[in-house]
Amino acid sequence: MEHVDLEYGRTPDGTLHVALGGDWKLARGIPALRGVLEEIEKQPPPQRVVLETSVLAGWDSGLLTFLLAVLSRCMQLGVEVDRQGLPKGVERLLALATAVPARRNSRSPRSESILASVGDAAITWSRGCRDTLAFIGEAFLALVRLFTGKARFRRSDLLLVLQGCGARSVGIVALINFLVGIILAFVGAIELRTFGAQIYVAHLVGIGMLRDIAPIMTGIIVAGRTGAAFAAELATMEANQEIDALRTLGIAPMDFLVLPRLLALSLMMPLLCLYADLVGIAGGLVVSASMLGISPVQYLLETRHAVGLNDLFLGLFMGFVFGVLVALTGCMRGVRSGRSASAVGEATTSAVVTGIVSIVVATAIITFISYVLGI
Amino acid sequence: MSSASESNATSEPRPKIMVKDLTMAYGDSVVVRDLNFSVKEREIFIIMGGSGSGKSTLLRHLIGLQEPARGTIFYQGASSGLWEMATPERERLLRRFGVLYQGGALWSSMTLGENVALPMQEYAIAGAEEISALASLKLGLVGLAGFEDYYPAEISGGMTKRAGLARAMALEPDILFFDEPSAGLDPITSRRLDDLILDLRDSLGATIVVVTHELASIFAIGDNSVLLDGQSKAMIASGNPKRLLAESKDPRVLAFLTRGGTSRA
Repeated sequence: MEHVDLEYGRTPDGTLHVALGGDWKLARGIPALRGVLEEIEKQPPPQRVVLETSVLAGWDSGLLTFLLAVLSRCMQLGVEVDRQGLPKGVERLLALATAVPARRNSRSPRSESILASVGDAAITWSRGCRDTLAFIGEAFLALVRLFTGKARFRRSDLLLVLQGCGARSVGIVALINFLVGIILAFVGAIELRTFGAQIYVAHLVGIGMLRDIAPIMTGIIVAGRTGAAFAAELATMEANQEIDALRTLGIAPMDFLVLPRLLALSLMMPLLCLYADLVGIAGGLVVSASMLGISPVQYLLETRHAVGLNDLFLGLFMGFVFGVLVALTGCMRGVRSGRSASAVGEATTSAVVTGIVSIVVATAIITFISYVLGI
Repeated sequence: MSSASESNATSEPRPKIMVKDLTMAYGDSVVVRDLNFSVKEREIFIIMGGSGSGKSTLLRHLIGLQEPARGTIFYQGASSGLWEMATPERERLLRRFGVLYQGGALWSSMTLGENVALPMQEYAIAGAEEISALASLKLGLVGLAGFEDYYPAEISGGMTKRAGLARAMALEPDILFFDEPSAGLDPITSRRLDDLILDLRDSLGATIVVVTHELASIFAIGDNSVLLDGQSKAMIASGNPKRLLAESKDPRVLAFLTRGGTSRA
């Protein structure tokens, strides 16, 4: 570091001279502080510190941070500092930087005992649960208002949401479920061929798609697509005070924003599931016809033989439940979000995560119940 | 509480808004304590204070978005305080307010025309055609005639504020609340907004409550005011802003009203 010069030494009367020279720019590197600080701390402490900058060529914040560190160390030790030799600009900036004393007990990552953080987490969790229950309750009351004809929302909003979560999802739902149908048929075909029971691929694909897989895949797609969109849209509205504006007009955000989304999704999910069932069976049919030598007619007959209406309705019911879950989680995360850009992001993320988790949990519960009931 | 406000009514016309011993808090942290002031009919009332002094929080209390930690807010013509009354009655009361939010808070999925029309549709104050005519009229009043089919994202900041004002006036409110109307506007646009506020008061006869720290606006339009202080978490002055400037002895008040008193420029 030849461009900067830092020399310090004591005179016999106990004065520490610190001479700064050269180009003190951050970009060119600043000498280490430690040497000077050690010199200041050395016993006996210096009577006073004199800063000399007569040969200083250039400087920026790098010099300031250096000087601030020296000054604060001297202040702690009660050593007087002679700043006469500093350039005018440096002197002014130092005065500005030290004008307001640093905030005491300013926020620092406090280290808490493990018990305290466990307790905090538990309280936050229970508050979250109460919040969720309150939201579900409010949503239920809004539904009651809807059926008694007192809820108010714009029909055009409902139609827009219907289009967004229904018609616009058809493509991706078809693609995913067609591929899943193919995958299921492949997996089945490899095993079943060893028994010469290829024809049962139709059973596997039909029952699997109708009862579980089509609703789950569709639910996950909708959670990622529509649930996230709900959360982001409502959270942005909250951040812009648009929801406050509704409230002050006496329009319940629950009725106006959540109901149309809830209705649209719980209406569209069964329809999307039905569509996904058909596309999945078509995927199985393609594999069977091209690889297993089962004719399409044979495959369809076998499928009809294998699946019953109960399978279909169980799947559609699951689709309906997933629609309700995804709409509720999306809307709840949105309406309860904070008022910043990062809060909108958090709301969206947690809407998708909660949506998918609740879909899987609901599947487990429904599957168990239907097994017990023999559906 | 209500008997005190009624005895008041016999002596002089009851104030439009009366705030009694209001303490505002978020959880355990108090924002402002023991506020007492009243707003007379047809006056322009300014809530001033530095950043973080609780101005906007006070506004949220006045328009019923937040419940006070303690104390009461009485509105003229209501039998009890804002939070002591039953929810339907409070909603009826809130409907008499118009609020212009800081960022305009226009519903971004609707056009300006729909934004202004929605409150009217919600309360079915007229048929569909009259409502759209009324919406155009209100937009015209704020100088936005012909912008019915624009979306909020397509217009400038000043226009957003004016459109928000048109929406605030949709239900013929008798109290208008403005949250930092001049924030983010250039001096000329904000001056025009001030003129518009004065115009509205004179023509509609509405009572107007403005939250602001813009000195030019405060002196131009304010009839009466309160000054909140973040440090002492209390109201430190009230009265006509010009008179406060002339007569107040409190250095904090003078400092606020003169930009610190020592303009180096």
